[in-house]
Amino acid sequence: MNKTVNQKAWFLILPVLLLVAFSAVIPLMTVVNYSVQDTFGNNQFFWAGLDWFDDMLHSDRMWNALGRQLMFSAIILAIEVPLGIFVALNMPKKGFWSSFCLVFMSLPLLIPWNVVGTIWQIFGRVDIGLLGYALDALGIDYNYTQNTFDAWVTVIVMDVWHWTSLVALLGYAGLRSIPDAYYQAAKIDQASRWAVFRYIELPKMAGVLMIAILLRFMDSFMIYTEPFVLTGGGPGNATTFLSIDLVKMALGQFDLGPAAAFSLMYFLVIMAISWVFYTVMTTLDKRDGK
Amino acid sequence: MAKITLDNLAHSYLPNPQSDADFALKELNHDWVDGEAYALLGSSGCGKSTLLNIISGLLIPSQGRILFDGKDVTTAPTAERNIAQVFQFPVVYDTMSVRDNLAFPLKNMGMDAAEIKRRVQKVAAMIDMEAELNHKARGLTADAKQKISLGRGMVREDVNALLFDEPLTVIDPHMKWELRTQLKKLHQDFGHTMIYVTHDQTEALTFADKVVVMYDGRVVQIGTPQELFERPAHTFVGYFIGSPGMNLFDAQIDGTHARIGDVSVALDGHYSAAGHTQLGVRPEFIRLSANGEGVPATIRRIEDVGRHKIVRLDVMGREINAVVAEGEDIAADTNRITFAPEGINVYADDWRIAPRGTSV
Amino acid sequence: MSDRTLPENVTDTPEMTIHKPRVTSRRFRPSGSAVVMALYLLFLMLPIYWLINMSLKTNNEILGAFSLWPRNLTFENYATIMTDASWYMGYVNSMIYVVMNTAISLAVALPAAYAFSRYSFMGDKHLFFWLLTNRMAPPAVFALPFFQLYSSIGLFDTHIAVALAHCLFNVPLAVWILEGFMRGVPKEIDETAYIDGYSFPAFFIKIFTPLISSGIGVAAFFCFMFSWVELLLSRTLTSVDAKPIAATMTRTVGAAGVDWGVLAAAGVLTIVPGAVVIYFVRNYIAKGFALGRV
Repeated sequence: MNKTVNQKAWFLILPVLLLVAFSAVIPLMTVVNYSVQDTFGNNQFFWAGLDWFDDMLHSDRMWNALGRQLMFSAIILAIEVPLGIFVALNMPKKGFWSSFCLVFMSLPLLIPWNVVGTIWQIFGRVDIGLLGYALDALGIDYNYTQNTFDAWVTVIVMDVWHWTSLVALLGYAGLRSIPDAYYQAAKIDQASRWAVFRYIELPKMAGVLMIAILLRFMDSFMIYTEPFVLTGGGPGNATTFLSIDLVKMALGQFDLGPAAAFSLMYFLVIMAISWVFYTVMTTLDKRDGK
Repeated sequence: MAKITLDNLAHSYLPNPQSDADFALKELNHDWVDGEAYALLGSSGCGKSTLLNIISGLLIPSQGRILFDGKDVTTAPTAERNIAQVFQFPVVYDTMSVRDNLAFPLKNMGMDAAEIKRRVQKVAAMIDMEAELNHKARGLTADAKQKISLGRGMVREDVNALLFDEPLTVIDPHMKWELRTQLKKLHQDFGHTMIYVTHDQTEALTFADKVVVMYDGRVVQIGTPQELFERPAHTFVGYFIGSPGMNLFDAQIDGTHARIGDVSVALDGHYSAAGHTQLGVRPEFIRLSANGEGVPATIRRIEDVGRHKIVRLDVMGREINAVVAEGEDIAADTNRITFAPEGINVYADDWRIAPRGTSV
Repeated sequence: MSDRTLPENVTDTPEMTIHKPRVTSRRFRPSGSAVVMALYLLFLMLPIYWLINMSLKTNNEILGAFSLWPRNLTFENYATIMTDASWYMGYVNSMIYVVMNTAISLAVALPAAYAFSRYSFMGDKHLFFWLLTNRMAPPAVFALPFFQLYSSIGLFDTHIAVALAHCLFNVPLAVWILEGFMRGVPKEIDETAYIDGYSFPAFFIKIFTPLISSGIGVAAFFCFMFSWVELLLSRTLTSVDAKPIAATMTRTVGAAGVDWGVLAAAGVLTIVPGAVVIYFVRNYIAKGFALGRV
């Protein structure tokens, strides 16, 4: 769409700017402030320069947390995106069953995140949970509070359970926008099922899938509540992701300086990766002439 | 290439059709002769596309059979029927180049690369897109995309039939004419059975050997353009074909004469008809007169369309059209119209009846 | 062509007799899709079923014999929650700040989204991305600064504090969603309205807003969703008066161990509002999730 140049449009943005300035810029300034100061308590602060950043960059703790975080995000994206697409392809196109699937698929998305943690905490317990009990009965030695591998599997399955529907619903919305004539033409052209997916469905879903990947990446990179409730970051530090580590550092140990430096770098990493996604997405949009 | 037989075919989109009105396509028996070019003509929603989709196998009819050269293919999937079909709105594979789009059906059939290349090149020349072969299909105009869709249909030379579902709707007028010419040439070169759906009578009449007129889910007439023009089997055909369409007069039929109001009109044969009887006369067969003979009429206005003039007349409160040659003068005191007897068709309850002793 | 009408009675003609339809039997294909969907929904519903199952058992039964359904059906756990103000006020608090947040987010996002969708102005693209970066801000980063900020201005433990804090991620999202829907409304509509003498506010409220009502619904749905499910910020910013239900749930861990039954019942009750919302928007979910961008 051709947009009119109108500098007065700033006035329309003003409410958002003021609100976001209040709820983002001021807190962020506090963080920046902490990140360059040190304290001996009693609210006495002095300039520490970039020491905290330097410390954090050489801290194994942060690098380990970042490593775990990247691995977690990569794994859940690798599972949720293909699985979500697969589910979307198999959803009923219309009628009662379509609504039925939509309602039940959306359900996990609206469950408070700590309840998601609680649900899986209960579900996975060997004594009272269906999953834990069943695995135990099958002779599999499963304990997500003791065993690192089990903890990871449980956290990942929980996230897949929680969020795959988001990818599926977005993909489904993309599929629904394909006119019937495309499928008919593909039949006429004797295209295989794979070719229909590759040349018709996937290109049409590309836009919404990018949104799905962007949202899933951002949210998985910030994940806190669910694993915190489920494993508390353990066993040991095995499922201590960036946010969990940060909250531990800031609110648990009250190491404000390092926590602030950590926060800023954390934020920068997310922004950098998201910027890449965002650029790809808007380029896709433009190419489609939207 | 094949003869396509429709045997007792009918289709309803409802699971349990109760009455005739529930059928989108009413019972139909017809042979599509191998190698002929047909046009399927009718207004929107009359069942044209339904019929086309049944032939190509995109729809399974709720009753009846379809036979290709005598072989029952009623439930055979589209791929087995080996049919090409082009849709009203362009369907292109966005992420592929124009070349890959054209080659797509051939690749799916596992044809060897050299042959694919030859055919793609040939079709590209036909649709005038040789220069764009390596472009991505995504950025092209609707015209160009539709040309690719047409090309994908034409590239398959061995198909049983080529079906076109109002393919030129989105194409520029001058390009329309050119593409239609290309399609005709394709038909002459390869002799495919072609079925061309349209609501545009010019398109239908210029393209086809035989025109099939549909109305309200029913085939009302199949014939050559000339037959449709001279002997419309149903008042709808008379109305739909010709510009302006056929004039209708309520009349009592009495053997070799008909009465319109209190005027007697001579017919070219002996008719016996019951029900709601009408005379259908094309504007081309109406003569204006000022000498007191014929049906009383008043001229409302005259439109000069270039090749001829259309005279709009008021006859007993109904609007009637007459066509007058460009050079001919229209007398100012015109107050009657007469009919050329060979141009009169007699209708009973909207269906044409033949004079006694003839079969047409 | 004024009095020319289409012939009507073509259907009842002597030539074409009506046969009783001989219906071609459609081939039955066992659907792989149905199996896939059934398995997926089973996967989604099992943990929720287990939660409901537990909420209907007594603690003795939970910790005693393992059973797939409650043997001694009890509503005791729900009764505990419904009769204790410190429990049910958690729900009330959550609902209050979620509704406040949704209202605030939409109110400020609507004009901004209009500006982004219609006008180009200095720095618009950077501004848009900057807004989006706030959606990317980890709540963990903001927990402590928010705590200090709201404490210093005396808003700690109020509903509005949580509502404002959630604006951090909901406002950018609402702007983004609404902008997508607004782009779909042709600009000619605005121009026609101005020519007809509408002022900007009148046009915006009377003409434009109804046109993007589905977009507003979708944005409201997402604001509701993300505010309802968030815990970290809402827990940090409250202590008693505005404490959300999600935070109240941690109470079940007492000296005598975990009160599983009540925990499960509280969990089930947190699912209910979401389920109700989904039920009402079920026909718009698919379109809504495309965020106006399909």
